[in-house]
Amino acid sequence: MNIYIASLFEGFWLNIRLFILTLVMSIPLGLVITFGSMSKFRPLRWLVRTFVWIIRGTPLMLQLFVVLYSPGLLFGVPMKSRMTAAIIAFVVNYAAYLSEIYRGGIESIPKGQYEAGAVLGMTKSQVFFKVILLQVVKRIVPPMSNEIITLTKDTALARVIGIAEIIMCAERFTKQGLIWPLFSTGLFFLVFNGVLTLVLGWLERKLDYFKV
Amino acid sequence: MPILEVKNISKRFGDTEVIKDISFSLEKGETLSVIGSSGSGKTTLLRCLNFLETPDAGTITVNGEVIFDAADPMSRSEKGIREKRLHFGLVFQSFNLFPQYTALQNVTLAGMLLAKERPDYKERKSQIHEEIISNAKTILDSVGLSSKLDNYPHQLSGGQQQRVAIARALALNPDILCFDEPTSALDPELTGEVLRVIRELAERKTTMIIVTHEMSFARQVSDNVLFMDEGFVVEYGPPEQVIGNPQEDRTKQFLERYFENGNN
Repeated sequence: MNIYIASLFEGFWLNIRLFILTLVMSIPLGLVITFGSMSKFRPLRWLVRTFVWIIRGTPLMLQLFVVLYSPGLLFGVPMKSRMTAAIIAFVVNYAAYLSEIYRGGIESIPKGQYEAGAVLGMTKSQVFFKVILLQVVKRIVPPMSNEIITLTKDTALARVIGIAEIIMCAERFTKQGLIWPLFSTGLFFLVFNGVLTLVLGWLERKLDYFKV
Repeated sequence: MPILEVKNISKRFGDTEVIKDISFSLEKGETLSVIGSSGSGKTTLLRCLNFLETPDAGTITVNGEVIFDAADPMSRSEKGIREKRLHFGLVFQSFNLFPQYTALQNVTLAGMLLAKERPDYKERKSQIHEEIISNAKTILDSVGLSSKLDNYPHQLSGGQQQRVAIARALALNPDILCFDEPTSALDPELTGEVLRVIRELAERKTTMIIVTHEMSFARQVSDNVLFMDEGFVVEYGPPEQVIGNPQEDRTKQFLERYFENGNN
């Protein structure tokens, strides 16, 4: 019994690591992509939007395989670690989704807010950081919450490139005739997402003091 | 010397020339109302003065200093524009208060940011902050909002929000305060409180340009009225003339239609 549970925890630790690393890196990378896709320089905008279209338009599972195999098969330098491959694929994939959420948030702020700041003598960066940013954050918390919760479950996909995440660990036990480890993986996700929901709900309430 | 001289300003958007060869001047302490139907170019004129639009031709002179000359590309540089803008204040039709700041913070924010550029900022930081806050409180008091300092915009009525916006513009002490249809977004029962504040500013000889559809108000508070139609200045003069006894046919037509529609 303890062996089983220890194995599940070990598997879930990989899910959590992948989740945290993806989040920490894709949140800022997404902002960079947003600036690219909103750039006034047309070729850059076009390039970035095409990139986002490809990433969002193809399966994450395919992207995992591409990141794992193409360095070795195309350039003769095999990917050293499967976890690195998974992290790269997840970060790029999520950054593309997040960038579109950011873009929607930034574009939803009325032009009047920028103009009001400008006529009061603020610089462009003062307007963005002192006036616009917090309004954007408030608007994107609900769609971000959705993505973040989806990400916890997407981490299970890493098994397709051989990462022994929790569901892969549990499935091994079915060969011994055991189904409960598989069922209990659901509990891990439920508890984790329950905590996440509470944290994100708290953040949403923290920003409730003003309306946009 | 007039405080503001606008000469031959034109602005086009694509193929449409929105304002055409506009010239007028404004004396210190004068209140000028700009009237005309929607699409006549009134708002664009105001936006040109505040550098929210760049005129294609013409010059703008404040206190004898040319602050904009369409022929001189130097007068369009970002840094220069930011300073020149401060000659003007602008009150928007839709208030555009910053929702995450209280009434008081809305009024102090820009001043606090500008103060950072002062050479004595580091030594006198807390003193400067106190000055800005007490100045903001005085102004909010003068527009009747001393009890709403800590309210956020969504907790205020439209009329109160617009009065905060007026206070916010006044706090930077502009030479010329511009209003872009300040009561058009308000319920009729709330326009009075905003017009009262503007009237008090006129009595205290604040230099103002008011784009408005409130004819009787314009007639009462203005020293001069400018009637625009299709981008041109059609008629300019004291309100008794332009609104009371218009000389131009187009002004007459506009006012007839206005008063026929049940306005007064």
